[in-house]
Amino acid sequence: MNAERASKIEIRDLTMAYGSFVVMRDINAQIKRGEIFIIMGGSGCGKSTLLRHMIGLKQPAKGDIFYEGTPFWQMEDEARQEKLRSFGVLFQGGALWSSMTLAENIGLVLGEYTDFSTAEIRDIARLKLALVGLKGFEDYYPAEISGGMCKRAGLARALALDPDVLFFDEPSAGLDPISSRNLDQLILQLRDSLGATFVVVTHELASIFTIADNSVFLDPNTRTMRASGNPREMLKHSADPAVQQFLTRGEAAAHPVAPPS
Amino acid sequence: MSHPEPTPARLTARRKADAVVVEIAGDWLDRARLPDVSAVEKELAGGGVKALEFEAKDLGRWDSALLVRILAISDLCARGEITLRTTTLPGGLAKLITLSQAVPETTDAARKEAAPSFLQRVGESGLETWTGGAAMLSFLGESVLSVLKLARGQAQFRWRDMFEVMQACGPQALGIVGLINFLIGLILAFVGATELARFGASIFTADLVAVATVREMGCIMTGIILCGRTGAAFAAQLGTMKVNQEIEAFQTFGISPFEFLVLPRMMALILMMPLLCIFADLIAISGGFMVSTLMLDIAPQIYLTRTVESISLAGFLLGIFKGSYFGVIIALTGCLRGMQCGSNAASVGLATTSAVVTGITWIIASDGIFAVICSALNI
Repeated sequence: MNAERASKIEIRDLTMAYGSFVVMRDINAQIKRGEIFIIMGGSGCGKSTLLRHMIGLKQPAKGDIFYEGTPFWQMEDEARQEKLRSFGVLFQGGALWSSMTLAENIGLVLGEYTDFSTAEIRDIARLKLALVGLKGFEDYYPAEISGGMCKRAGLARALALDPDVLFFDEPSAGLDPISSRNLDQLILQLRDSLGATFVVVTHELASIFTIADNSVFLDPNTRTMRASGNPREMLKHSADPAVQQFLTRGEAAAHPVAPPS
Repeated sequence: MSHPEPTPARLTARRKADAVVVEIAGDWLDRARLPDVSAVEKELAGGGVKALEFEAKDLGRWDSALLVRILAISDLCARGEITLRTTTLPGGLAKLITLSQAVPETTDAARKEAAPSFLQRVGESGLETWTGGAAMLSFLGESVLSVLKLARGQAQFRWRDMFEVMQACGPQALGIVGLINFLIGLILAFVGATELARFGASIFTADLVAVATVREMGCIMTGIILCGRTGAAFAAQLGTMKVNQEIEAFQTFGISPFEFLVLPRMMALILMMPLLCIFADLIAISGGFMVSTLMLDIAPQIYLTRTVESISLAGFLLGIFKGSYFGVIIALTGCLRGMQCGSNAASVGLATTSAVVTGITWIIASDGIFAVICSALNI
């Protein structure tokens, strides 16, 4: 019970499957409050699927995800909806509602769950857009701005309800290196200022080493997690060749790391 | 490496002790006359071959066609457990071959042409129909629940969305609804008049047009037009939102996509369809009026009197009610197919097609059921 209290999110014995096809089995991880937790692994190994399990879009085949000790998938629907409101999710392409302007995208969520007046909602939307560097784009439609801007606007929307936990699905996919680095800086700043917990799906090594506090490495070959912990520590101490290869872009094969004594 | 005069490509094989030497020469550019690997096969068929090497000093220009042949030879060697020596090949060629063989073929990734047995296919399609029907029923159930929620004022529902959909499916559809129903009125009057004239009863053309449009044709034609126009639009819209993960974004904010997206569309159609049906009735009757007065020499006054006399209140209300009911069908099939959409462009197309097909089928089928019920109840 104490261990549950200490960790904000705990993934316990999670098995993910599409029908009878098992994607990953026996995933276990503990995420502390205020941590940036990375879900990493090669393409197609089920990183995004794990994220979908954590945000209530896909039901686990086995196991569960505990938020502050409460099993997420055993909650009543109402309670789970309530829980979802403390999450912010940034989808891969931003997934902004295309029939609404950026301000409306953010305002919709606020209007649904808060008692702010229309003018206040607009001010908050402006503020959230300003946080991600999109001040002045309130009345643009998602189709009128670039992919990188969509992603940042998606982040602004994810921040709308001042979430406890933020989930990012491949934040740097499709961004140039500079924008990608800026996004990493933004994530770090947000963590420091909001104190929120972050769960980030990514395979960008630069990103991983910059922002990660904790991580889980999923391996598509064995269909389970291979390692967990801080990726920088993993790089130094992990004896697992798959982990080393991933974290060094395959160069570890040439310079094997000696197992820790 | 400029070869002004291309020399014909050659591929020959000769035996040298326990090895086979394959000589490739010339320019491998004239696609019509490239040699195949049968010469090599013939040499290998002799047996006792341990190794295979190449001789390529006269090789001119080459492209993938040569590479394919060398890979074929390499396959032959692999099959006969013969050592393949590529060292004598030009550098680029040898590198490409090494590259193409660097990762072994993933044998279990290749798509197998699965040919399920007849029984399996019957079973699968049966199960598919069953789950499809169950999905439809649960969608229907959810729609009833969300309407109740709306009535209690608890639904996540924006009136603005409903008005926007009303605008798109109501006033903007007037043109096509008017045109089609006008033509239907004309056709009914023509067909009716020619048949009725044989009994000297041309005047009853007015009754025929009025009763047929008000009870049946007005709402059916409007339903079919809106199914093709608005139902398809709903499916495409929601399908695209699904592809863009916009629907999932609603879910992760705890906003019910059903209440937020389906409910306004359904309410808009429930409200607009009766109005469109009344409009359709008027237009169709005016079409019949035009044919009758201009071409059949029926006095306008008499036509109008007959029309008013033949329409019963029950028949009129039945038509209006059916209109609203078809509106529900259109909204539900359109939204259901949109929500069931897969995650690529092709599935948006499928969703749209399936929305229109399901919608029209349901409209016609349930109209038949209505006709039976009404005749039993003498309405």
